[in-house]
Amino acid sequence: MNDAGNAPPPVGTPLLEVDGVTLQYKTREHLVTATYRVGFQVHRGDRFVLLGPSGCGKSTLLKGVGGFLRPVEGSIRLNGRAVDRPGPDRMMVFQEFDQLLPWKTVQQNVMFPLVTGGSCSAREAAERARAYIDKVKLTEFRDVYPHMLSGGMKQRVAIARAMAMEPEILLMDEPFAALDALTRRKMQEELLQLWSDIRFTVLFVTHSIEEAIIVGNRILVLSPHPGQVKAELNSETHGHGTAGDAAFLALQHRIHAMLFAEAVEDTRVHP
Amino acid sequence: MSSVKRAAAVPPVRPEFERAVLDARNVGEILRPLSLWEQITNVTALRRIFILVLLAALWQAYAVPLDNPLIFPTFSDTVTAFWGGILSGEILARTAVSIRLLVVGYAAGVAIAAALTTFAVSTRIGTDLLSTLTAMFNPLPAIALLPLALLWFGLGAPSLIFVLIHSVLWPVSLNTHSGFLSVSDTLRMAGQNYGLKGIRFVLRILIPAAFPSILTGLKIGWAFAWRTLIAAELVFGVSSGSGGLGWYIFQNRNELEIANVFAGLFTVILIGLLVESVVFRSLEARTVRKWGMQR
Repeated sequence: MNDAGNAPPPVGTPLLEVDGVTLQYKTREHLVTATYRVGFQVHRGDRFVLLGPSGCGKSTLLKGVGGFLRPVEGSIRLNGRAVDRPGPDRMMVFQEFDQLLPWKTVQQNVMFPLVTGGSCSAREAAERARAYIDKVKLTEFRDVYPHMLSGGMKQRVAIARAMAMEPEILLMDEPFAALDALTRRKMQEELLQLWSDIRFTVLFVTHSIEEAIIVGNRILVLSPHPGQVKAELNSETHGHGTAGDAAFLALQHRIHAMLFAEAVEDTRVHP
Repeated sequence: MSSVKRAAAVPPVRPEFERAVLDARNVGEILRPLSLWEQITNVTALRRIFILVLLAALWQAYAVPLDNPLIFPTFSDTVTAFWGGILSGEILARTAVSIRLLVVGYAAGVAIAAALTTFAVSTRIGTDLLSTLTAMFNPLPAIALLPLALLWFGLGAPSLIFVLIHSVLWPVSLNTHSGFLSVSDTLRMAGQNYGLKGIRFVLRILIPAAFPSILTGLKIGWAFAWRTLIAAELVFGVSSGSGGLGWYIFQNRNELEIANVFAGLFTVILIGLLVESVVFRSLEARTVRKWGMQR
């Protein structure tokens, strides 16, 4: 993110390369193949969206990029280095509200990874945390514990915490899915505002077609059971302002048709 | 009207309207401070003291007409005996002996429990070891081990510390372990995302996240330890010249100083209350309550 703003790298050197990745996880009874040979590339400054119905392995894919899960096939590389464990260069924002440490205030929550990561001194961390808390408009709630915040505020803290680390890439796993519609819309606007301020790179998982079009500049559409790439689409020109436009609706319909066709097939295969 | 069928009911078209809302100041009461009585009854300590006073009054009301100091001395006699014991220094000296043993045994038990649960969360065989051991030993009363302990360690402090460790170790490990298991996946992943691993992960994520359960374990462990200690002192009495509170109770019963027996029991209860309401309650207020993990 540091150099993303002032010196755009030459086109063709992706930040994140996901190449033929098959991911599997075990439940008590089954070995589930979540994604099958999925590949995509994320460039610096991208708002890259993984879109698909539930069960398409998009969250699992994000966990793979996060380093929580090793691919059984294929490779995930960040800046050319293989991802093999979780790390603060890929900060994650989860859907669940309990991702904040309840025993730390908002300020301490944002500072904590900065200090434990040893990336900066306590003073520097405090300053940086303050700056990012201001950015997500929680200045007044700096010394409050997470249990006193609303869901939207908790997600804002999680975003501030992730961004304060200034990671190579921000991983967001349906961060607004548990919010009410009004708050969700507000959060989407704020995220886009932050992006135009700082120009970070984000990999965003959602199952909402509308959210994908509004938030993303490029959308990877995945099919369910197991997740495979169906399409990669551009949506740079769309946002909240164009939500009623013909082009917006056309794109929405196009994606809807892709996902809906799959759903019909799916019900036929497993009655 | 009767010609309109239920199934075809159409709601009437009503006019739309928009309205300006009233200024909040004109609405009346929005934020009212609680009355003095409500504020007083909200203080937990006051409510509890009220219960204690009530119990003492009932005791006095029962014991005075009974008038049998050998069987059931009055509350005032007990308080007098207690005060006498404090002034003569005997109760304080006995309490000090008991507390010293207790602290050593409790600390050792908690330390062993910490090691055992750390081993249990990091390996699968450790989990099996812990659950088997707790299933075996948690139901075993510590006092039942006393005869063996006396045989192994002789009359004296080591035997008492052995049974104390036994009484603390299992409940604390059991609660700590179940607390670790209940830490949510999201919180674990968040911790790993920061790059925390191994002992740093346990110290900075698992222990605070499992703190409500750990605290419960510590409380249960404390109660078990205290009652085990008094019982053990009653059973085998004095060690190396100075007995603890249990021995004080036993001795006074033999001398038929029943008010002193009650004073001894009173001390046991008082210390229990003090630890619960001062030590653990303030620990709770500073941690789990402040963090919103417990009401």
